[in-house]
Amino acid sequence: MNTGRRTILQRSGGLAVMGLAVSAGLFRAGSAWAQGSWNKAAFETKSVADTVKALGGASAATESKDIVITSPDIAENGAVVPFTITSKIPKTESIALLVEKNPNTLAATFNIPEGTEPGVQTRVKMGQTSNVVALVKADGKFYFVGKEVKVTLGGCGG
Amino acid sequence: MADPMKIRATMAGDKVEVKVLMSHEMETGQRKDSKGATIPAWFIQNVTATCNGKTVLSAEWGPAVAKNPFLSFKFAGGKPGDKVIVTWVDNKGEKRSDEATIT
Repeated sequence: MNTGRRTILQRSGGLAVMGLAVSAGLFRAGSAWAQGSWNKAAFETKSVADTVKALGGASAATESKDIVITSPDIAENGAVVPFTITSKIPKTESIALLVEKNPNTLAATFNIPEGTEPGVQTRVKMGQTSNVVALVKADGKFYFVGKEVKVTLGGCGG
Repeated sequence: MADPMKIRATMAGDKVEVKVLMSHEMETGQRKDSKGATIPAWFIQNVTATCNGKTVLSAEWGPAVAKNPFLSFKFAGGKPGDKVIVTWVDNKGEKRSDEATIT
């Protein structure tokens, strides 16, 4: 009788510990979520059209000459490719940089609050020669411009 | 704790030009080590820059951003002596915050 009770106690104790671990895990996941709003779905997309959708675009983006991508035409080292993206579209809310042939299309998004110039400069990795797309969200609509950048030495894998 | 960022904030006309150089591995999760095991992804996910309590730029990054990321942008409403604070959070929950004074 007594031994039976002990096993039950032990078991329930074990369960309680497990329950704690689970809730702790949940809590950690919850706080990570609260830390930053990272759009996981968007960063897992594999095509430009999917990325536009994941970023909240209702329809396909329109091509615009008011977005300028400044980058080398040929990048010798794909691990570090500098890009400058500027948008002249009024009410630019965000700028995203997409590399079509990377394992995941979306490289980075920048939210431009009022008062900040709609232009950013950064460096990204490119796996191979690819079309690079700058996606701009302005006044709720999406605009894009593309450019091909040749890569001599890939920056992913290898 | 990761190495400090290098931040430079200078007046360019009536705007403030901010240049940030972060120190981070930015591992893609695509590479394999010598034993053929995949090296887990480790990269900065969120970057926020504030000046006088106002967010002047926020960014979400994927693993495609280059190692030791560089970022440059311009904003209005800052003056010499103001502080620009840049914070990043990576996918392991590690964070780092550094500041620079506008000159």
